[in-house]
Amino acid sequence: MATPIVELKSVGKSFHSADGSARSVLESVDFTLNEGEIVALLGQSGSGKSTMLRIMAGLISADSGQVLYRGLPLYAPADGISMVFQSFALFPWLTVQKNVELGLEAKGMPPEERAQRAEAAIELIGLSGFEGALPRELSGGMRQRVGIARALVMEPDVLLMDEAFSALDVLTGERLREDILDLWETGRIPTKAILVVSHNIEEAVMMADRVLVFASDPGRVRDELPVPLSRPREAESSEVRSLIDNVYGLMTAGAMRLGRVTEKEVKLRLGDRLPEAEIARMESIVELLADEPFLGRADLPKLAEETELSDQELLDVSRALTLLGFALLDHGDIILTPLGKQYVLANHLERKAIFGQQLLENVPLLTYIRHGLVQDPSGDLHEDMFLNLLRFTLDEVDAVSALRVAIEWGRYGDLFEYNFNTGVINMPEKQETATPRVI
Amino acid sequence: MSERKQFFPRQVVEAGWNRWDWALLPMVLALLVLLAYGGEQMARPYQLGETLPLSLDPINLPYYLLRTTLRMFIALGASLLFSCVFAVLATRSRAAEKILVPILDILQSIPVLGFLSITVTAFIALFPGNLLGVECAAIFAIFTSQAWNMAFSAYQGFRTVPAELKEAASVFKLSAWQRFWRLELPFATPGLLWNMMMSMSGGWFFVVASEAISVSNQNIKLPGIGSYIALAIEQRDLHAIGWAIGAMLIGVMLYDQLFFRPLLAWADKFRFEESGSETAQDSWLLTWLRRTERMQGVVVALGRLLDRSFATFRLRHDGTSIRARPQALTSTPQRIWDAIIAAVVFYALWILIHFIHTEVGWGEVGRVFVLGFYTMLRVVVLIVLAALVWIPVGVWIGMNPRIAGRAQAAIQFLAAFPANLMFPVAVVLLVRFGLNPDIWLSPLMILGTQWYILFNVIAGASTVPTELRYAAQNLGLSGLLKWRRYLLPAIFPSFVTGAITASGGSWNASIVAEYVTWGDTTLKAHGIGSYIAEMTAVGDFPRIALGIGVMCVFVMGFNHFVWRRLYRMAEDRLHF
Repeated sequence: MATPIVELKSVGKSFHSADGSARSVLESVDFTLNEGEIVALLGQSGSGKSTMLRIMAGLISADSGQVLYRGLPLYAPADGISMVFQSFALFPWLTVQKNVELGLEAKGMPPEERAQRAEAAIELIGLSGFEGALPRELSGGMRQRVGIARALVMEPDVLLMDEAFSALDVLTGERLREDILDLWETGRIPTKAILVVSHNIEEAVMMADRVLVFASDPGRVRDELPVPLSRPREAESSEVRSLIDNVYGLMTAGAMRLGRVTEKEVKLRLGDRLPEAEIARMESIVELLADEPFLGRADLPKLAEETELSDQELLDVSRALTLLGFALLDHGDIILTPLGKQYVLANHLERKAIFGQQLLENVPLLTYIRHGLVQDPSGDLHEDMFLNLLRFTLDEVDAVSALRVAIEWGRYGDLFEYNFNTGVINMPEKQETATPRVI
Repeated sequence: MSERKQFFPRQVVEAGWNRWDWALLPMVLALLVLLAYGGEQMARPYQLGETLPLSLDPINLPYYLLRTTLRMFIALGASLLFSCVFAVLATRSRAAEKILVPILDILQSIPVLGFLSITVTAFIALFPGNLLGVECAAIFAIFTSQAWNMAFSAYQGFRTVPAELKEAASVFKLSAWQRFWRLELPFATPGLLWNMMMSMSGGWFFVVASEAISVSNQNIKLPGIGSYIALAIEQRDLHAIGWAIGAMLIGVMLYDQLFFRPLLAWADKFRFEESGSETAQDSWLLTWLRRTERMQGVVVALGRLLDRSFATFRLRHDGTSIRARPQALTSTPQRIWDAIIAAVVFYALWILIHFIHTEVGWGEVGRVFVLGFYTMLRVVVLIVLAALVWIPVGVWIGMNPRIAGRAQAAIQFLAAFPANLMFPVAVVLLVRFGLNPDIWLSPLMILGTQWYILFNVIAGASTVPTELRYAAQNLGLSGLLKWRRYLLPAIFPSFVTGAITASGGSWNASIVAEYVTWGDTTLKAHGIGSYIAEMTAVGDFPRIALGIGVMCVFVMGFNHFVWRRLYRMAEDRLHF
């Protein structure tokens, strides 16, 4: 029987939006981090995986349920839990050495002892010789090494990594990941468990013993996938590839909201978030799909490789395409629909018309904006009205993003025009007499 | 290292004194002696009514300069302390923030002279029979011209500490004390330092008013540059004014080289932007100091002291302790607090209305508002004029990097130079040519503050991306189109920043600039500034309060309705 280190028992968390209504970010999450394992959390952005990590770090407290660390309730950051941050969170005015010593200094450890331990950690992570450097002198990869050394010097029981490699370029990220796995495998760090939050599927499969897939709105664990492979793993091996395929399938299943694994596309509601997919990106994916070698059907991981998009970006685009009826998702594959094929063959103006039509049929927010414009005698409405509507169901960042996406799509589909300076959405004028913008 | 050992006897080298230490030693000793002497002079016995000896002989100027600078630095230290305390209170406690920030907003718009006239008697009573009371009043007046913008900058800095750094601080369990020294203060330092320099210049502006105290029938002139100038003005001695300007220039240069330059160069490491595009400041003194060993020992010792304090003031429990358990959130105390604030505000409002009704009358209020309107007109016109002059100049300088470096230093210096020293010259000219003071006194208001516009425009123009510059050239933009589509939008945000500072400074300067004395000639422009200055001279407290209050209303309204909007507009869409 594995020894649990951190346990979450039906943990829930909601945030208050601007109007005071609560929005649930996490709902009854049960999770146990055991000794000797690496667990990865995967999920779309906004699925609450970062919130869960922060609850485990003691940075935010859960609204309901219980968080236990070694059997004791956890209210705030604990001694045995350390964290590595996405954008490193180094103190730019402190040298590498001082940054690494930060936690020890806070504990009141005498200077000689902490210098000794910091040097050992710096050595371990391969930063010797840079003790006196300021973070700004270092490259991204080196900075994150400092971040890791700062966490490891505390000799943590649990190491939490919040998208620790996503701000680095691919090669550097892989290199750092391998180094950490090496330290872990050879037992040179006293850490008993590692939790990794990521949106890179390959990274999760390469590192973890277990992969947890999060569902969004509200966030909860949708699936759990054991990775029974020994480390080091070969990224190109068939086991790893098929696992990656599997995870893609899990992540795209029942794409939008419901936690249940369904292949059926769920209708969007008015106040839902919209996938962040640019028009140009959607177009190139559709065209790529229609072309050799895919001919209408592609394996998502392959497509990711081909397009060099990140998982998050690719998932967003495929969600957008399914939403608009241009494509279908099936077990981690994306399939072009007849409409999608028609779209590829159409010329520019026809494309815009199809796009606009699909928007009106499938995206309630755009239907609603258009409806408002048609009814309004002046034919223009201020964006804030819609933003306020979205704020009821989404947090500030998501609401702004959803409206931005809606405006981009709507403009492309010729549903309306939008003036960035005034924030006014208005009916398109028939003649193309664009009024010059005055600053 | 080996080379050095040849110059000094063994014991000396081993003791850690290197040649840089030796070279710096006389400077440090001289500084200590001057501080001790100046300090001693500040606390001598003094009876009210006694006149302090003061002479226009330039030989006394170094001593006066010492006294004045000492006062300014004490005030600066107090402002720094105040800023830190304010920022900590306002960012740690929501309840405190709710009252402190509006109070500071109001205090900031109160003209410096207003404080002096109200507080001087209290300070004198605090130290009976000693000059210290008067000194304190003067220092307090300087403090009020320095503290507010520093406090705001510190508060802003504390509030904008990036979330991830805050999280890192909590994960590594920094206590409030450790967090202050390791995270918040360093993060706020660059802004704070910049504001300290501005404050120092602002302090000079009111040095005359704060040293030559003539309120409620007290006429005290503390030894210092300010009093020297006041005396020179009384005696219509233009030569003395010239000497004073010279002394002040030397003073400004000295503390720039010996204090701010090294500090700026040192504080470069606190810059948060990871990519260091701006060229680092350098300072010969800092380089010098960094080469010493013993002198640095002092800093190291201070560092160790801080270290020891970290060990004392640390978190002694972690997140699993019952102490970390969050208190149940109830909104009742917060509601009660809000209610108390509202009650106090209403009470103050009622007092105010009652006061106006009985003491000054509503007609007077209307009149003061009209005066405020005149001053506002002046501020607006002057800002526009200054913009017309300085934007082209600034853009030209900013686009020529070779000139920009040198010009920037010169302008910083000009900004630090107290423009009120030019006032006597203006009076002489106005009287000689019989010009209308309502128009011709106005330029004095912006004399000292226009540099902020120029300074910021240069900074803005020099950060215009090179590619954009090439694109403009490539498209052959020229003439009006070039200005409208390319240059003006490019520098707009920095212009607004500069204009905000300039306009704030001009309001404050109006008290001095609209009411200028030269011997027994007094020139007066119609405006709220001259109203306040006049009432201060007479000692009519209700009307001073009224004038100050109305000016606050104008300044705050102006900030809210004009500057904040422009600023937001610049922030939202006109930036790179």
